[in-house]
Amino acid sequence: MTVPYDIVAVVVVVALTLGIGVYGLRLARTTSDFMVASRAVSPTLNASAISGEYLSAASFLGIAGLVFAYGADMLWYPVGFVAGYLVLLLLVAAPLRRSGAYTVPDFAEVRLGSTAVRRIASVLVVAIGWLYLVPQLQGAGLTLRATTGAPVWLGAVVVAVVVTVNVAGGGMRSATFVQAFQYWLKLTALAVPAVFLLLAWQGDGAPDLAGPAGPTFREATSVRLDAPVVVEVVEPVVVRQDGRDRLLGTGRVRLSEGTVVFPAGSAVPQVESIERATGDTWAQPLSGAGGLEHPLYATYALVLATFLGTMGLPHVLVRFYTNADGAAARRTTLVVLGLLGAFYLLPALYGALGRLYAPELLLTGRTDAVVLALPGALVGGLTGDLLQALLVAGAFAAFLSTSSGLLVSTAGVLVQDVLRGTVRDFRRASVLAAVVPLVLALAATSLPIGQVVGLAFAMAASTFCPLLVLGIWWRGLTAPGAAAGLVVGGGLSATAVLATLTGAVDGGWPAALLAQPAAWTVPTAFAVMVGVSLATRGRVPAGVARTMLQLHAPEALGLSRGR
Amino acid sequence: MNEPTRRVAVRGPGTRAVRRAPGRPAITALDEQDVVGDLLIRSLVRAQLVLGLRLAAVFGCLIGGLPLLFAVAPSTRRVEVLGVALPWLVLGGLVYPALLAGGWLYVRLAERNERDFVDLVERS
Repeated sequence: MTVPYDIVAVVVVVALTLGIGVYGLRLARTTSDFMVASRAVSPTLNASAISGEYLSAASFLGIAGLVFAYGADMLWYPVGFVAGYLVLLLLVAAPLRRSGAYTVPDFAEVRLGSTAVRRIASVLVVAIGWLYLVPQLQGAGLTLRATTGAPVWLGAVVVAVVVTVNVAGGGMRSATFVQAFQYWLKLTALAVPAVFLLLAWQGDGAPDLAGPAGPTFREATSVRLDAPVVVEVVEPVVVRQDGRDRLLGTGRVRLSEGTVVFPAGSAVPQVESIERATGDTWAQPLSGAGGLEHPLYATYALVLATFLGTMGLPHVLVRFYTNADGAAARRTTLVVLGLLGAFYLLPALYGALGRLYAPELLLTGRTDAVVLALPGALVGGLTGDLLQALLVAGAFAAFLSTSSGLLVSTAGVLVQDVLRGTVRDFRRASVLAAVVPLVLALAATSLPIGQVVGLAFAMAASTFCPLLVLGIWWRGLTAPGAAAGLVVGGGLSATAVLATLTGAVDGGWPAALLAQPAAWTVPTAFAVMVGVSLATRGRVPAGVARTMLQLHAPEALGLSRGR
Repeated sequence: MNEPTRRVAVRGPGTRAVRRAPGRPAITALDEQDVVGDLLIRSLVRAQLVLGLRLAAVFGCLIGGLPLLFAVAPSTRRVEVLGVALPWLVLGGLVYPALLAGGWLYVRLAERNERDFVDLVERS
């Protein structure tokens, strides 16, 4: 068992996170330090922090898991996660920073002077923040269970407590240091094992990653099931369970808890939710591998959600206020594009190798664990244990950094719009902001991490993307228009998210439309925002010219600024 | 409005050809938001928006066109380039340096727009 190394890895990451947090706390003196690091963080440090905060459980574990199960179409997730920053750079980065606002609700108020729009935006920030936090906490539980056998709740509670202590104690300044460190930790933790895995794969004769056969047990494999699972058996196979041989006939078969040993060369029976695909089908885009329906629609909807959703994520936005000015915000985003691009070269590799070396995860359905399973399966021995511990460290860095970013921004909104704006209440708000998603994470059944995070992107794209883009570039936006657009876009996307999370709709076009809602919710939100604004033309804010000047005038002019 | 109307030719901040009536400097016009100031800032906003949308359109067609390409020409799904299937080569690797290049180009051009705008305002 590899227990000691993995636990050491978790303890070290937690200690470093808290340690750097304490170091940062000694530097944080005023409320402004506390909230936005006094807006004096250099572009490189800030870009590392933004990337560190952004690379969540979805990036570290989820993408590899999705690629592993569903193939080439899932490559659009990481592409969209990076391209979203390009869109943010092109349309939002500098003006948003110049607006001087700290959160989207602040922006809404600066631009539209409406407390009603501000309130709606606040509710949406909290909703998106919580939706994004749940899979982070679930990922932590999954990681600890997969590597140490700890109960699922433990990982979620550990992450929630550490992050709350860190955020409530140190605020944003410490978060900047912590997250910059965590980007480099995550990159190392994914890149170093990848080198070893590739060498081991070469040493194995570099077998075809997308061969004609479907997933097959390359050697006799014992699979531990800690819950019963229903699988689809494609060819009859004699397995050994609890010391007895058992013949599994083709069709749906229920496997009970315990250890099942499959003979070498047998086809992997897959959990019902992931259809068996040949390597050839799996490697091709739009093939519907794994049982995805309407792949072309799903791909475009995902592209829209990720390209446009990034700018609306609460933890991404807050980071932009720590730039010195608009020009620095642009340069920071450019560095982020480079840092993220380097990271996202790696996850697909894990997904592809998993098809060959960890196919039993298609039986248990725990595809998000593929990254963690590979070192043991492919490298083995002490090296494998150490590499797995490194991956666990990276995964925990991912949970901690994204969760603390989300917590800072969610708590920031709670403290400004629900509680009073003092440091003491920021601490109370942090606790509140962490407890709710923790309860949800423990109560909810888990979908693939990447998919849930994708839904949070869709919700952000359907609400804050139109608000920011129209608010920055179109003078005609009115408070009633913005409010209507936020309510319609948020309502539609929230409905789709709930329907997908609860599995209320099963199969066909309705399920596809709800699972990837951005393709219809984003255009609707834009249309409503523009339409209602045009209908309420008289309500264009009186100071819109001054606001436009503030958003777009270069700092070099030295004009007087509101904030 | 008692002040005499000022006529201004606005050709975008790239042209440096805006002429102003002598008198108040443009920086004051901007800060006090008279007609001239408003026209000036509108021209900058338009230039930056056009730049952003243009680059977004280029990348939207290049990257956003890929699924359509895979759909209408299924042979592209399995073409191998340098031993790697085309979709994996592009989506798993090449797209990232391309996005970085797009970002770099944008920052350059956006900062140039702003420099031109500052020159324009400070000259007049």
